[in-house]
Amino acid sequence: MGKVVLITGVSRLVGGMTAQRLSLDPDIDRVIAVDAVPPTHSIGNAQFVRADIRNPMIGRIIAHEKVDTVLHLGVIMTPRQAGGRTSQKDINVIGTMQLLAACQRAESLQRLVVKSSSAVYGSSPGDPAMFTEEMQARHTPVGGFGKDSAEVENYVRGFARRRPDVQVCTLRMANVIDRSLRTPLADYFSMPVLPVPLGFDGRFQVLHLEDALEALRTAALSSLGGTINVAADGILTVRQAARIARKPFVPVLPFTAAAVQQVGARLGLGQFDANQMPFLCFGRGMDTTRMRTDLGFEPAMTTREAFTDVFAPAARRAAVAMGAQRG
Amino acid sequence: MADRPPKKVTSTATPSAAAKRAASAAAKRAKKSQHPSGGGRRLQVVPDPPEVEPQASGSGLPVDPEALVAMLVGVLRAAGSSAGLTGEDLERRVAQALAFLRRRMTGDYVVDEFGFDEDFTENVWLPLLRPLYKRWFRVEVRGIENIPDTGRALIVANHSGTMPIDGLMTQVAVHDTHPQHRFVRMLGADLVFQSPFVGELSRKSGATLAANADAERLLAQDELVAVWPEGFKGIGKPFSDRYRLQRFGRGGFVSAAIRTGAPIIPCAIVGAEEIYPMIGNAKSIARMFGFPYFPLTPTFPWFGPLGLIPLPSKWIIEFGAPVETAGLGPAAADDSQLLFDVTDQVRETIQQSLYALLMQRRSVFF
Repeated sequence: MGKVVLITGVSRLVGGMTAQRLSLDPDIDRVIAVDAVPPTHSIGNAQFVRADIRNPMIGRIIAHEKVDTVLHLGVIMTPRQAGGRTSQKDINVIGTMQLLAACQRAESLQRLVVKSSSAVYGSSPGDPAMFTEEMQARHTPVGGFGKDSAEVENYVRGFARRRPDVQVCTLRMANVIDRSLRTPLADYFSMPVLPVPLGFDGRFQVLHLEDALEALRTAALSSLGGTINVAADGILTVRQAARIARKPFVPVLPFTAAAVQQVGARLGLGQFDANQMPFLCFGRGMDTTRMRTDLGFEPAMTTREAFTDVFAPAARRAAVAMGAQRG
Repeated sequence: MADRPPKKVTSTATPSAAAKRAASAAAKRAKKSQHPSGGGRRLQVVPDPPEVEPQASGSGLPVDPEALVAMLVGVLRAAGSSAGLTGEDLERRVAQALAFLRRRMTGDYVVDEFGFDEDFTENVWLPLLRPLYKRWFRVEVRGIENIPDTGRALIVANHSGTMPIDGLMTQVAVHDTHPQHRFVRMLGADLVFQSPFVGELSRKSGATLAANADAERLLAQDELVAVWPEGFKGIGKPFSDRYRLQRFGRGGFVSAAIRTGAPIIPCAIVGAEEIYPMIGNAKSIARMFGFPYFPLTPTFPWFGPLGLIPLPSKWIIEFGAPVETAGLGPAAADDSQLLFDVTDQVRETIQQSLYALLMQRRSVFF
């Protein structure tokens, strides 16, 4: 029996590269790559179909091509990528609803993999040090990407109830980073001077793009259901990360985040997303036991290695590599 | 902030081992010279691997980094000799301080998943607390042998003193008197982690949220955890209620210990009650700021910041014999009656040790 995979959100880096990787995988017969805009990078042997997931046509594609696995990677992180917050929310939430509606009717469907984010856990002082998959956010994220992700997961849970015969696997990924990937976290660490919250120093994990792609591949091919946290080992704090990236930082009062965003944009210091402030203050950690034991996935890079690889100046990377060779 | 290093030393990337070598080499070279300032000028903290060389010179600092390091070495050396250090010891300390600063500058330190920064705790936090521990409260530690050398254990102690200084002193007491110099991982209230600076410092020095998830996680990693189950009821009680234990929370700490099979070590702290005698509570001010209480002591807030100086009471911290929980099995954690019984047993043990210690104490201040 042939394996046919449909991937959404392929015009962006993670989606496109996943399509490329899966299309070269011998265990998969066909990869159908879907997005409303054509990808600017190679998607390998995947077949691109221009379709908006908010359009019922997606259902006909799934039925016609007898798709058995859907990888939903269409959740957009920044308003910039979608052309405004309204459009971002539309694509993320309404798009997911439409896609799931189409999936519900598709008889060929056996497996759904959704890329979610650690943002669903929110960031608050009352958080446990490490979130396990069963834990709920202490304060549900109020705006932007985090809220979208939480809503997407809600609809996915609803779908899992209605189609118990389909394996549904949700990957809650830590912030994915790569030198060519622009996310709010990457924007933050690209500012010439980093505004750090005064009196707070949040902990965070990251996931290197390479590991994120491998995790998605593993999840697409496994038969595991349920929610799985995916993050690299180890943890960094915001200031520690700023030092590794060799960036000077200025402490700012946390409640002035919106003003910092405006002043930063006015002075041309780059994109500071005020929604990130709770994350910078309190951070977030995820327990990855299930990732290791159930999914059987082990990230190749630790948080420190991934962060150094992406954000540290070239000389520092060389020195770290030299140290690694020596030790 | 104590953990933020001075802005400009040098910004070259090198692994910490190399940093240490370089710093000690620098110190040796400097020692040969007769004049500290002249010798300092030749100091080089960077071991100059060829790849990093351009970075060192091109760091864009307005001041020559070498001169700055030389100045820093001079300052450290002067501070060291004024503290009564000489010769080898002084140079070793200067080199250590430089290596520490370099690690902080380059982010070359490890923070665990709870935010515990061992490098900071060992080199900044505990040294800051030590004068208070040794000279001000003259803490006497008893029963340190009840704390295991390795493996998990849960210290349960009485809470008092308006400000949670008893927690800090317990941390120093265990680290300094225990043969293995174990770090205490404290469990703190939500309010601690909401507060700027306090929350950050608490996490860095090993504290985390007092919730079962975190407590069990720490114990499962074989850490030494400490909890003050009375919480705000204990720390914010009026002076007239001193050394009278309040309700021990809801016994959550016992279920964490049973679930992980960790022994419970009862700990009695005498002396902390008298540091800020709370004679009144301005509830309306407390409500305004969202604090659980707003203390009025004989000195605070009447003398302003001076009122924050704690009274120099003499402290005794006594660790009692461990209450083993490993034999009960994890399933026992769901037996509410058993939890209440163990909670009462631990509470009673601490109350009795408090009375015994108070009987032995000659006076509050000596």
